[in-house]
Amino acid sequence: MRAPTGTTWREYLTAATPTSRRHATVQRVYLAWVPFSRNPTAIVGLVIVALVVAVAMFAPWLASHSPIAQDLSYRLAPSTAAHWLGTDELGRDIYSRLVWGTRTVLRVIFLVAVITGPIGLIVGAAAGYVGGWWDAALMRITDIFLAFPRLILALALTSALGPGIDNAIIAIGLTGWPPLARLARAETLTIRSSDFIAAARVVGASASRIVFRHVMPLCMPSLIVRLTLDMAGVILIAAGLGFLGLGAQPPQPEWGAMIASGRKFVFDQWWIAAYPGIAICILSLGFNLFGDGLRDALDPKAST
Amino acid sequence: MTEAAIAVNELSVRFGLATAVDNVSFSVASGESFGLVGESGSGKTTVLRVLAGLIGHWTGRAQVGGHALGAKRPKALARVVQLVFQDPYASLHPLHTVDRVLSEVATIHGLANAQKRIVGTLQAVGLGPEFRFRFPHQLSGGQRQRVAIARALILEPSILLLDEPTSALDVSVQAEILNLLRRLRAERGLTLLLVSHNLAVVANLCDRVAVMRLGRLVEQADVERLRTSTPEHAYTRQLLAASRGYDRAAAEIEEQASPA
Repeated sequence: MRAPTGTTWREYLTAATPTSRRHATVQRVYLAWVPFSRNPTAIVGLVIVALVVAVAMFAPWLASHSPIAQDLSYRLAPSTAAHWLGTDELGRDIYSRLVWGTRTVLRVIFLVAVITGPIGLIVGAAAGYVGGWWDAALMRITDIFLAFPRLILALALTSALGPGIDNAIIAIGLTGWPPLARLARAETLTIRSSDFIAAARVVGASASRIVFRHVMPLCMPSLIVRLTLDMAGVILIAAGLGFLGLGAQPPQPEWGAMIASGRKFVFDQWWIAAYPGIAICILSLGFNLFGDGLRDALDPKAST
Repeated sequence: MTEAAIAVNELSVRFGLATAVDNVSFSVASGESFGLVGESGSGKTTVLRVLAGLIGHWTGRAQVGGHALGAKRPKALARVVQLVFQDPYASLHPLHTVDRVLSEVATIHGLANAQKRIVGTLQAVGLGPEFRFRFPHQLSGGQRQRVAIARALILEPSILLLDEPTSALDVSVQAEILNLLRRLRAERGLTLLLVSHNLAVVANLCDRVAVMRLGRLVEQADVERLRTSTPEHAYTRQLLAASRGYDRAAAEIEEQASPA
Protein backbone atom coordinates (compact mmCIF):
# COMPACT_ATOMS: atom_id res chain seq x y z
CA MET A 1 0.00 0.00 0.00
CA ARG A 2 1.32 3.45 -0.87
CA ALA A 3 0.28 6.94 0.09
CA PRO A 4 -1.54 8.69 -2.74
CA THR A 5 0.81 10.63 -4.98
CA GLY A 6 1.59 14.17 -3.99
CA THR A 7 1.15 13.61 -0.25
CA THR A 8 3.37 12.16 2.41
CA TRP A 9 2.22 9.43 4.74
CA ARG A 10 2.04 11.92 7.57
CA GLU A 11 -0.28 14.23 5.63
CA TYR A 12 -2.40 11.26 4.58
CA LEU A 13 -2.76 10.07 8.18
CA THR A 14 -3.54 13.43 9.73
CA ALA A 15 -5.62 15.04 6.97
CA ALA A 16 -8.71 16.78 8.37
CA THR A 17 -10.88 15.59 5.52
CA PRO A 18 -10.65 11.88 4.75
CA THR A 19 -11.43 11.20 1.12
CA SER A 20 -12.69 7.63 1.23
CA ARG A 21 -14.01 5.00 3.60
CA ARG A 22 -10.59 3.31 3.72
CA HIS A 23 -8.85 6.59 4.43
CA ALA A 24 -11.15 7.18 7.42
CA THR A 25 -10.43 3.69 8.78
CA VAL A 26 -6.67 4.03 8.36
CA GLN A 27 -6.81 7.35 10.24
CA ARG A 28 -8.76 5.73 13.05
CA VAL A 29 -6.08 3.05 13.48
CA TYR A 30 -3.36 5.70 13.38
CA LEU A 31 -5.16 7.65 16.09
CA ALA A 32 -5.05 4.62 18.39
CA TRP A 33 -1.44 3.88 17.47
CA VAL A 34 -0.09 7.30 18.48
CA PRO A 35 -0.76 7.03 22.25
CA PHE A 36 0.22 3.35 22.17
CA SER A 37 3.60 4.05 20.57
CA ARG A 38 4.38 6.68 23.20
CA ASN A 39 3.89 4.20 26.01
CA PRO A 40 7.24 2.43 26.62
CA THR A 41 5.88 -0.53 28.62
CA ALA A 42 3.24 -1.17 25.95
CA ILE A 43 5.98 -1.28 23.33
CA VAL A 44 7.97 -3.72 25.46
CA GLY A 45 4.87 -5.94 25.64
CA LEU A 46 4.32 -5.67 21.89
CA VAL A 47 7.97 -6.52 21.20
CA ILE A 48 7.85 -9.59 23.46
CA VAL A 49 4.67 -10.89 21.83
CA ALA A 50 6.01 -10.14 18.33
CA LEU A 51 9.31 -11.88 19.13
CA VAL A 52 7.53 -15.00 20.34
CA VAL A 53 5.39 -15.03 17.19
CA ALA A 54 8.55 -14.67 15.09
CA VAL A 55 10.26 -17.50 16.99
CA ALA A 56 7.24 -19.74 16.38
CA MET A 57 7.26 -18.90 12.67
CA PHE A 58 10.97 -19.57 12.23
CA ALA A 59 11.26 -22.46 14.71
CA PRO A 60 12.81 -24.93 12.23
CA TRP A 61 15.67 -22.51 11.53
CA LEU A 62 16.12 -21.23 15.07
CA ALA A 63 16.18 -24.60 16.81
CA SER A 64 19.61 -26.24 17.02
CA HIS A 65 18.27 -29.77 17.49
CA SER A 66 15.10 -31.73 16.91
CA PRO A 67 12.79 -31.12 19.88
CA ILE A 68 12.05 -34.83 20.24
CA ALA A 69 15.41 -36.43 19.39
CA GLN A 70 16.68 -38.32 22.45
CA ASP A 71 20.32 -38.81 23.41
CA LEU A 72 20.33 -41.04 26.48
CA SER A 73 24.11 -40.90 26.78
CA TYR A 74 23.90 -37.14 27.29
CA ARG A 75 21.11 -36.70 29.86
CA LEU A 76 20.63 -33.83 32.32
CA ALA A 77 23.55 -31.86 30.98
CA PRO A 78 24.15 -28.22 31.95
CA SER A 79 24.44 -25.61 29.21
CA THR A 80 27.29 -26.18 26.79
CA ALA A 81 28.20 -24.93 23.35
CA ALA A 82 26.32 -27.87 21.79
CA HIS A 83 23.25 -27.60 24.04
CA TRP A 84 22.81 -23.91 24.91
CA LEU A 85 20.35 -24.47 27.73
CA GLY A 86 21.36 -28.04 28.59
CA THR A 87 19.40 -31.25 28.11
CA ASP A 88 16.51 -32.90 29.95
CA GLU A 89 16.15 -36.36 31.44
CA LEU A 90 15.93 -37.99 28.00
CA GLY A 91 18.85 -36.03 26.57
CA ARG A 92 16.62 -33.70 24.51
CA ASP A 93 17.88 -30.19 23.84
CA ILE A 94 15.97 -27.78 26.13
CA TYR A 95 16.57 -24.72 23.92
CA SER A 96 15.06 -26.45 20.89
CA ARG A 97 12.11 -27.66 22.94
CA LEU A 98 11.50 -24.10 24.16
CA VAL A 99 11.64 -22.78 20.60
CA TRP A 100 9.22 -25.41 19.29
CA GLY A 101 7.07 -24.96 22.40
CA THR A 102 6.21 -21.41 21.26
CA ARG A 103 4.10 -23.00 18.53
CA THR A 104 2.11 -24.98 21.10
CA VAL A 105 1.56 -22.02 23.40
CA LEU A 106 0.58 -19.64 20.59
CA ARG A 107 -1.81 -22.20 19.14
CA VAL A 108 -3.48 -22.49 22.54
CA ILE A 109 -3.73 -18.71 22.89
CA PHE A 110 -5.04 -18.14 19.39
CA LEU A 111 -7.68 -20.87 19.52
CA VAL A 112 -8.80 -19.92 23.03
CA ALA A 113 -9.23 -16.30 21.88
CA VAL A 114 -11.18 -17.46 18.83
CA ILE A 115 -13.50 -19.54 21.01
CA THR A 116 -14.02 -17.23 23.99
CA GLY A 117 -14.15 -13.85 22.21
CA PRO A 118 -17.13 -14.44 19.90
CA ILE A 119 -19.09 -16.51 22.44
CA GLY A 120 -18.64 -13.89 25.15
CA LEU A 121 -19.44 -11.01 22.80
CA ILE A 122 -22.57 -12.56 21.30
CA VAL A 123 -23.96 -13.87 24.60
CA GLY A 124 -23.26 -10.62 26.43
CA ALA A 125 -24.50 -8.24 23.73
CA ALA A 126 -27.64 -10.28 23.04
CA ALA A 127 -28.49 -10.56 26.74
CA GLY A 128 -27.87 -6.88 27.32
CA TYR A 129 -29.75 -5.59 24.29
CA VAL A 130 -32.76 -7.91 24.24
CA GLY A 131 -33.12 -7.95 28.02
CA GLY A 132 -35.99 -9.52 29.93
CA TRP A 133 -36.33 -13.29 29.83
CA TRP A 134 -33.36 -13.82 27.49
CA ASP A 135 -31.12 -11.76 29.69
CA ALA A 136 -32.11 -13.73 32.78
CA ALA A 137 -31.60 -17.11 31.10
CA LEU A 138 -28.24 -16.28 29.52
CA MET A 139 -26.88 -14.65 32.66
CA ARG A 140 -27.88 -17.60 34.88
CA ILE A 141 -25.95 -19.92 32.54
CA THR A 142 -23.02 -17.53 32.80
CA ASP A 143 -23.34 -17.57 36.59
CA ILE A 144 -23.15 -21.36 36.62
CA PHE A 145 -19.85 -21.26 34.73
CA LEU A 146 -18.55 -18.46 36.95
CA ALA A 147 -19.43 -20.39 40.11
CA PHE A 148 -16.49 -22.78 39.61
CA PRO A 149 -12.82 -21.79 39.82
CA ARG A 150 -11.54 -21.69 36.27
CA LEU A 151 -8.71 -24.23 36.61
CA ILE A 152 -10.98 -26.72 38.41
CA LEU A 153 -13.61 -26.48 35.67
CA ALA A 154 -10.96 -26.84 32.94
CA LEU A 155 -9.55 -29.84 34.82
CA ALA A 156 -12.96 -31.48 35.04
CA LEU A 157 -13.62 -30.88 31.34
CA THR A 158 -10.24 -32.20 30.17
CA SER A 159 -10.50 -35.29 32.30
CA ALA A 160 -13.97 -35.89 30.81
CA LEU A 161 -12.83 -35.19 27.22
CA GLY A 162 -9.55 -37.07 27.63
CA PRO A 163 -6.06 -35.62 27.93
CA GLY A 164 -4.51 -33.86 24.92
CA ILE A 165 -3.75 -30.34 23.79
CA ASP A 166 -6.90 -29.98 21.65
CA ASN A 167 -9.16 -31.02 24.49
CA ALA A 168 -7.28 -28.67 26.78
CA ILE A 169 -7.96 -25.82 24.34
CA ILE A 170 -11.68 -26.67 24.23
CA ALA A 171 -11.79 -26.86 28.02
CA ILE A 172 -10.01 -23.53 28.51
CA GLY A 173 -12.18 -21.92 25.84
CA LEU A 174 -15.43 -23.13 27.39
CA THR A 175 -14.40 -21.87 30.81
CA GLY A 176 -13.09 -18.54 29.54
CA TRP A 177 -16.12 -16.82 27.98
CA PRO A 178 -18.31 -16.01 31.03
CA PRO A 179 -16.28 -13.02 32.28
CA LEU A 180 -16.23 -11.66 28.71
CA ALA A 181 -20.00 -12.08 28.45
CA ARG A 182 -20.44 -10.18 31.70
CA LEU A 183 -18.25 -7.38 30.38
CA ALA A 184 -20.02 -7.23 27.01
CA ARG A 185 -23.41 -7.16 28.76
CA ALA A 186 -22.39 -4.31 31.05
CA GLU A 187 -21.10 -2.31 28.06
CA THR A 188 -24.27 -3.07 26.10
CA LEU A 189 -26.51 -1.86 28.92
CA THR A 190 -24.90 1.57 28.84
CA ILE A 191 -24.87 1.70 25.02
CA ARG A 192 -28.47 0.58 24.45
CA SER A 193 -30.01 3.56 26.21
CA SER A 194 -28.01 6.09 24.19
CA ASP A 195 -29.56 8.39 21.61
CA PHE A 196 -27.66 6.96 18.65
CA ILE A 197 -29.25 3.55 19.26
CA ALA A 198 -32.68 5.20 19.48
CA ALA A 199 -31.83 7.01 16.24
CA ALA A 200 -30.98 3.69 14.58
CA ARG A 201 -34.37 2.34 15.68
CA VAL A 202 -36.15 5.38 14.29
CA VAL A 203 -34.61 4.90 10.84
CA GLY A 204 -35.85 1.30 10.92
CA ALA A 205 -32.76 -0.74 11.80
CA SER A 206 -33.56 -4.28 12.97
CA ALA A 207 -32.49 -5.55 16.39
CA SER A 208 -29.84 -7.83 14.90
CA ARG A 209 -28.40 -4.97 12.83
CA ILE A 210 -28.24 -2.78 15.92
CA VAL A 211 -26.55 -5.51 18.01
CA PHE A 212 -24.00 -6.49 15.34
CA ARG A 213 -23.29 -3.13 13.70
CA HIS A 214 -23.88 -0.59 16.44
CA VAL A 215 -23.44 -2.24 19.83
CA MET A 216 -20.68 -4.79 19.21
CA PRO A 217 -18.11 -2.42 17.66
CA LEU A 218 -18.34 -0.31 20.81
CA CYS A 219 -17.87 -3.38 23.04
CA MET A 220 -14.80 -4.46 21.06
CA PRO A 221 -12.08 -2.26 22.60
CA SER A 222 -12.74 -3.29 26.19
CA LEU A 223 -13.23 -6.89 25.10
CA ILE A 224 -9.93 -6.97 23.19
CA VAL A 225 -8.15 -5.48 26.18
CA ARG A 226 -9.72 -8.00 28.55
CA LEU A 227 -8.91 -10.86 26.18
CA THR A 228 -5.26 -9.78 25.91
CA LEU A 229 -4.93 -9.50 29.67
CA ASP A 230 -6.62 -12.92 30.00
CA MET A 231 -3.98 -14.48 27.77
CA ALA A 232 -1.46 -14.47 30.62
CA GLY A 233 -3.95 -16.54 32.62
CA VAL A 234 -4.59 -18.83 29.65
CA ILE A 235 -0.85 -19.51 29.32
CA LEU A 236 -0.72 -20.40 33.01
CA ILE A 237 -3.79 -22.67 32.86
CA ALA A 238 -2.47 -24.41 29.74
CA ALA A 239 0.87 -24.85 31.51
CA GLY A 240 -0.96 -26.07 34.61
CA LEU A 241 -2.90 -28.65 32.62
CA GLY A 242 0.36 -29.69 30.92
CA PHE A 243 2.01 -29.92 34.32
CA LEU A 244 -0.77 -32.24 35.52
CA GLY A 245 -0.43 -34.38 32.40
CA LEU A 246 -3.81 -33.34 30.97
CA GLY A 247 -2.52 -30.94 28.32
CA ALA A 248 0.09 -31.62 25.67
CA GLN A 249 1.14 -35.26 25.59
CA PRO A 250 4.77 -36.43 25.29
CA PRO A 251 6.83 -36.05 23.26
CA GLN A 252 5.14 -32.78 22.09
CA PRO A 253 7.18 -29.88 23.49
CA GLU A 254 5.04 -27.79 25.84
CA TRP A 255 6.36 -25.45 28.50
CA GLY A 256 4.10 -26.63 31.34
CA ALA A 257 4.86 -30.27 30.68
CA MET A 258 8.59 -29.44 30.56
CA ILE A 259 8.39 -27.94 34.05
CA ALA A 260 6.52 -31.01 35.23
CA SER A 261 9.22 -33.35 33.97
CA GLY A 262 11.94 -31.12 35.44
CA ARG A 263 10.50 -31.02 38.95
CA LYS A 264 12.04 -34.37 39.82
CA PHE A 265 15.49 -32.88 39.32
CA VAL A 266 14.84 -29.39 40.55
CA PHE A 267 17.50 -29.48 43.29
CA ASP A 268 20.31 -30.98 41.21
CA GLN A 269 19.50 -29.90 37.66
CA TRP A 270 17.46 -26.76 38.29
CA TRP A 271 17.69 -25.45 34.72
CA ILE A 272 15.39 -28.12 33.34
CA ALA A 273 12.41 -26.58 35.12
CA ALA A 274 13.75 -23.03 35.34
CA TYR A 275 14.10 -22.20 31.62
CA PRO A 276 10.52 -23.08 30.62
CA GLY A 277 9.36 -21.28 33.78
CA ILE A 278 11.22 -18.14 32.72
CA ALA A 279 9.72 -18.44 29.22
CA ILE A 280 6.18 -18.66 30.62
CA CYS A 281 6.89 -15.73 32.90
CA ILE A 282 8.22 -13.52 30.08
CA LEU A 283 5.38 -14.30 27.67
CA SER A 284 2.71 -13.73 30.36
CA LEU A 285 4.37 -10.45 31.23
CA GLY A 286 4.47 -9.53 27.54
CA PHE A 287 0.73 -10.07 27.14
CA ASN A 288 0.00 -8.14 30.33
CA LEU A 289 2.04 -5.12 29.26
CA PHE A 290 0.57 -5.27 25.75
CA GLY A 291 -2.96 -5.43 27.17
CA ASP A 292 -2.33 -2.51 29.50
CA GLY A 293 -1.05 -0.43 26.60
CA LEU A 294 -4.09 -1.37 24.48
CA ARG A 295 -6.38 -0.33 27.31
CA ASP A 296 -4.82 3.11 27.43
CA ALA A 297 -4.90 3.47 23.64
CA LEU A 298 -8.40 2.10 22.98
CA ASP A 299 -10.28 3.54 25.94
CA PRO A 300 -13.21 5.26 24.20
CA LYS A 301 -13.82 7.54 27.19
CA ALA A 302 -10.31 8.95 27.13
CA SER A 303 -10.21 9.95 23.46
CA THR A 304 -12.93 11.80 21.63
CA MET B 1 -58.62 21.97 6.61
CA THR B 2 -56.57 19.31 4.86
CA GLU B 3 -56.21 15.83 6.27
CA ALA B 4 -54.30 15.78 9.56
CA ALA B 5 -50.66 14.65 9.28
CA ILE B 6 -50.56 13.90 12.99
CA ALA B 7 -53.61 13.16 15.12
CA VAL B 8 -53.29 12.27 18.79
CA ASN B 9 -56.33 11.30 20.83
CA GLU B 10 -56.43 10.86 24.59
CA LEU B 11 -52.79 9.77 24.69
CA SER B 12 -51.52 8.68 28.12
CA VAL B 13 -48.12 7.28 29.03
CA ARG B 14 -47.16 5.91 32.42
CA PHE B 15 -43.67 5.08 33.66
CA GLY B 16 -44.29 2.92 36.70
CA LEU B 17 -46.46 4.99 39.03
CA ALA B 18 -45.66 8.32 37.40
CA THR B 19 -47.93 9.62 34.66
CA ALA B 20 -45.71 11.32 32.10
CA VAL B 21 -48.46 12.17 29.62
CA ASP B 22 -52.05 12.52 30.76
CA ASN B 23 -54.90 12.41 28.26
CA VAL B 24 -53.35 14.60 25.58
CA SER B 25 -55.16 15.28 22.31
CA PHE B 26 -54.08 17.48 19.43
CA SER B 27 -53.76 17.36 15.69
CA VAL B 28 -51.36 18.85 13.18
CA ALA B 29 -52.47 19.61 9.63
CA SER B 30 -50.38 18.51 6.69
CA GLY B 31 -47.71 21.10 5.95
CA GLU B 32 -48.26 22.85 9.25
CA SER B 33 -45.53 23.65 11.74
CA PHE B 34 -46.66 22.89 15.25
CA GLY B 35 -44.85 23.65 18.50
CA LEU B 36 -45.09 21.83 21.79
CA VAL B 37 -43.72 23.88 24.65
CA GLY B 38 -43.37 23.30 28.36
CA GLU B 39 -40.88 23.04 31.13
CA SER B 40 -38.62 20.02 31.73
CA GLY B 41 -40.67 17.02 32.77
CA SER B 42 -43.87 18.30 31.22
CA GLY B 43 -44.11 15.21 28.99
CA LYS B 44 -43.50 16.94 25.67
CA THR B 45 -40.54 14.78 24.67
CA THR B 46 -42.48 11.66 25.67
CA VAL B 47 -45.24 12.58 23.21
CA LEU B 48 -42.61 12.92 20.49
CA ARG B 49 -41.01 9.58 21.33
CA VAL B 50 -44.40 7.85 21.16
CA LEU B 51 -44.95 9.31 17.69
CA ALA B 52 -41.46 8.16 16.61
CA GLY B 53 -42.22 4.64 17.87
CA LEU B 54 -39.59 4.66 20.61
CA ILE B 55 -42.05 4.08 23.45
CA GLY B 56 -44.29 1.04 23.20
CA HIS B 57 -46.53 1.22 26.26
CA TRP B 58 -49.12 3.94 25.87
CA THR B 59 -52.89 4.18 25.74
CA GLY B 60 -55.16 6.20 23.51
CA ARG B 61 -55.08 6.62 19.75
CA ALA B 62 -52.39 8.13 17.58
CA GLN B 63 -52.15 8.42 13.84
CA VAL B 64 -49.15 9.65 11.85
CA GLY B 65 -49.27 10.33 8.12
CA GLY B 66 -52.30 8.07 7.68
CA HIS B 67 -50.76 5.16 9.64
CA ALA B 68 -52.34 4.24 12.98
CA LEU B 69 -49.61 3.63 15.53
CA GLY B 70 -49.62 0.24 17.22
CA ALA B 71 -47.37 -1.59 19.64
CA LYS B 72 -45.00 -2.55 16.82
CA ARG B 73 -43.57 -0.07 14.38
CA PRO B 74 -43.59 -1.13 10.73
CA LYS B 75 -40.42 -0.34 8.81
CA ALA B 76 -42.36 1.63 6.21
CA LEU B 77 -43.32 4.19 8.85
CA ALA B 78 -39.68 5.30 8.98
CA ARG B 79 -40.13 6.71 5.47
CA VAL B 80 -43.08 8.81 6.61
CA VAL B 81 -41.92 10.21 9.94
CA GLN B 82 -38.42 10.91 11.23
CA LEU B 83 -37.02 12.31 14.45
CA VAL B 84 -34.12 14.68 15.11
CA PHE B 85 -32.71 14.35 18.60
CA GLN B 86 -31.87 17.04 21.07
CA ASP B 87 -28.19 16.36 21.66
CA PRO B 88 -26.09 15.97 18.50
CA TYR B 89 -23.17 14.84 20.67
CA ALA B 90 -25.17 11.77 21.73
CA SER B 91 -27.24 10.98 18.65
CA LEU B 92 -24.38 10.01 16.30
CA HIS B 93 -22.55 6.69 16.66
CA PRO B 94 -18.96 7.58 17.66
CA LEU B 95 -17.43 4.94 15.35
CA HIS B 96 -19.53 5.64 12.26
CA THR B 97 -18.47 8.14 9.62
CA VAL B 98 -21.04 10.52 8.17
CA ASP B 99 -20.99 8.36 5.06
CA ARG B 100 -21.71 5.23 7.05
CA VAL B 101 -24.58 6.85 8.97
CA LEU B 102 -26.30 7.83 5.73
CA SER B 103 -25.49 4.77 3.65
CA GLU B 104 -26.79 2.50 6.40
CA VAL B 105 -30.20 4.15 6.20
CA ALA B 106 -30.09 3.72 2.42
CA THR B 107 -29.20 0.03 2.82
CA ILE B 108 -31.95 -0.66 5.35
CA HIS B 109 -34.60 0.72 3.02
CA GLY B 110 -32.99 -0.43 -0.22
CA LEU B 111 -32.86 3.08 -1.67
CA ALA B 112 -31.81 3.37 -5.28
CA ASN B 113 -28.94 5.74 -6.20
CA ALA B 114 -27.58 5.67 -2.65
CA GLN B 115 -24.37 7.52 -3.59
CA LYS B 116 -26.20 10.34 -5.31
CA ARG B 117 -28.68 10.64 -2.51
CA ILE B 118 -25.98 10.83 0.17
CA VAL B 119 -24.19 13.67 -1.61
CA GLY B 120 -27.48 15.40 -2.38
CA THR B 121 -28.79 15.18 1.18
CA LEU B 122 -25.52 16.45 2.62
CA GLN B 123 -25.71 19.37 0.25
CA ALA B 124 -29.31 20.06 1.26
CA VAL B 125 -28.27 20.45 4.91
CA GLY B 126 -25.34 22.66 3.96
CA LEU B 127 -22.47 20.19 4.26
CA GLY B 128 -19.97 19.88 1.42
CA PRO B 129 -18.52 16.59 0.18
CA GLU B 130 -15.43 17.13 2.36
CA PHE B 131 -17.51 16.20 5.43
CA ARG B 132 -18.60 12.87 4.03
CA PHE B 133 -15.88 10.64 5.47
CA ARG B 134 -15.45 12.36 8.81
CA PHE B 135 -16.13 10.79 12.16
CA PRO B 136 -18.39 12.67 14.61
CA HIS B 137 -15.36 13.72 16.67
CA GLN B 138 -14.12 15.63 13.63
CA LEU B 139 -17.31 17.73 13.49
CA SER B 140 -18.59 20.72 15.46
CA GLY B 141 -21.92 20.66 17.30
CA GLY B 142 -23.74 22.47 14.53
CA GLN B 143 -22.23 20.20 11.87
CA ARG B 144 -23.25 17.16 13.88
CA GLN B 145 -26.82 18.41 14.09
CA ARG B 146 -26.80 18.93 10.32
CA VAL B 147 -25.69 15.30 9.91
CA ALA B 148 -28.53 14.21 12.21
CA ILE B 149 -30.98 16.22 10.10
CA ALA B 150 -29.51 14.66 6.94
CA ARG B 151 -30.02 11.20 8.43
CA ALA B 152 -33.68 12.06 9.02
CA LEU B 153 -34.15 13.58 5.56
CA ILE B 154 -32.45 10.96 3.38
CA LEU B 155 -35.64 8.88 3.57
CA GLU B 156 -37.61 11.91 2.36
CA PRO B 157 -40.24 11.76 5.10
CA SER B 158 -43.24 14.06 4.98
CA ILE B 159 -43.23 14.60 8.75
CA LEU B 160 -40.25 15.68 10.81
CA LEU B 161 -40.29 15.49 14.60
CA LEU B 162 -37.79 17.81 16.27
CA ASP B 163 -36.81 17.29 19.89
CA GLU B 164 -35.28 20.59 21.03
CA PRO B 165 -33.05 20.61 17.94
CA THR B 166 -31.15 23.71 19.01
CA SER B 167 -30.95 23.60 22.79
CA ALA B 168 -27.56 21.85 22.88
CA LEU B 169 -26.00 24.41 20.52
CA ASP B 170 -24.66 27.88 21.13
CA VAL B 171 -26.71 30.89 20.10
CA SER B 172 -25.22 31.73 16.70
CA VAL B 173 -25.39 28.09 15.61
CA GLN B 174 -28.98 27.88 16.88
CA ALA B 175 -29.99 30.55 14.38
CA GLU B 176 -28.22 28.70 11.54
CA ILE B 177 -30.03 25.45 12.34
CA LEU B 178 -33.39 27.23 12.64
CA ASN B 179 -32.84 28.90 9.27
CA LEU B 180 -31.90 25.54 7.77
CA LEU B 181 -35.07 23.93 9.15
CA ARG B 182 -37.23 26.78 7.85
CA ARG B 183 -35.67 26.47 4.40
CA LEU B 184 -36.02 22.67 4.31
CA ARG B 185 -39.64 22.96 5.38
CA ALA B 186 -40.37 25.38 2.54
CA GLU B 187 -38.45 23.32 -0.05
CA ARG B 188 -39.91 19.96 0.86
CA GLY B 189 -43.31 20.88 2.24
CA LEU B 190 -42.52 19.20 5.52
CA THR B 191 -44.90 18.95 8.43
CA LEU B 192 -42.94 19.90 11.54
CA LEU B 193 -43.65 19.01 15.15
CA LEU B 194 -41.19 20.91 17.29
CA VAL B 195 -40.71 20.35 20.99
CA SER B 196 -38.97 23.06 22.96
CA HIS B 197 -38.87 24.77 26.30
CA ASN B 198 -37.93 27.97 24.52
CA LEU B 199 -40.94 29.97 23.38
CA ALA B 200 -38.75 32.19 21.20
CA VAL B 201 -37.53 29.20 19.15
CA VAL B 202 -41.09 27.94 18.76
CA ALA B 203 -42.40 31.36 17.76
CA ASN B 204 -39.60 31.58 15.20
CA LEU B 205 -40.49 28.33 13.44
CA CYS B 206 -44.11 27.45 14.20
CA ASP B 207 -47.59 28.55 13.18
CA ARG B 208 -49.39 27.06 16.14
CA VAL B 209 -48.36 26.23 19.70
CA ALA B 210 -49.60 23.86 22.37
CA VAL B 211 -48.48 24.36 25.95
CA MET B 212 -47.92 21.33 28.15
CA ARG B 213 -47.55 21.23 31.89
CA LEU B 214 -47.26 18.22 34.21
CA GLY B 215 -48.30 15.87 31.41
CA ARG B 216 -51.41 17.83 30.41
CA LEU B 217 -52.10 20.09 27.48
CA VAL B 218 -53.11 23.39 29.04
CA GLU B 219 -53.57 25.63 26.03
CA GLN B 220 -53.37 25.75 22.24
CA ALA B 221 -52.97 29.00 20.40
CA ASP B 222 -51.74 30.58 17.18
CA VAL B 223 -48.30 32.10 17.44
CA GLU B 224 -49.70 35.38 16.14
CA ARG B 225 -52.20 35.51 18.99
CA LEU B 226 -49.48 34.81 21.53
CA ARG B 227 -47.60 37.80 20.19
CA THR B 228 -50.47 40.23 20.12
CA SER B 229 -52.74 39.38 23.02
CA THR B 230 -52.57 37.87 26.45
CA PRO B 231 -52.87 34.08 26.60
CA GLU B 232 -55.77 32.61 28.52
CA HIS B 233 -53.82 30.33 30.83
CA ALA B 234 -51.64 31.78 33.56
CA TYR B 235 -48.91 29.23 32.88
CA THR B 236 -48.67 30.31 29.25
CA ARG B 237 -48.34 33.91 30.42
CA GLN B 238 -45.51 32.84 32.65
CA LEU B 239 -43.70 31.03 29.82
CA LEU B 240 -44.13 34.08 27.67
CA ALA B 241 -42.71 36.29 30.40
CA ALA B 242 -39.85 33.85 30.95
CA SER B 243 -38.93 33.91 27.25
CA ARG B 244 -38.26 37.65 27.63
CA GLY B 245 -35.69 36.89 30.31
CA TYR B 246 -35.97 36.46 34.04
CA ASP B 247 -37.74 39.04 36.14
CA ARG B 248 -39.67 39.16 39.36
CA ALA B 249 -42.99 39.44 37.55
CA ALA B 250 -42.53 36.00 35.99
CA ALA B 251 -41.97 34.44 39.37
CA GLU B 252 -45.11 36.12 40.67
CA ILE B 253 -47.21 34.71 37.84
CA GLU B 254 -45.93 31.31 38.89
CA GLU B 255 -47.51 31.74 42.30
CA GLN B 256 -50.87 32.35 40.67
CA ALA B 257 -50.40 29.41 38.29
CA SER B 258 -49.56 26.83 40.93
CA PRO B 259 -52.62 25.91 42.91
CA ALA B 260 -50.68 24.82 46.00
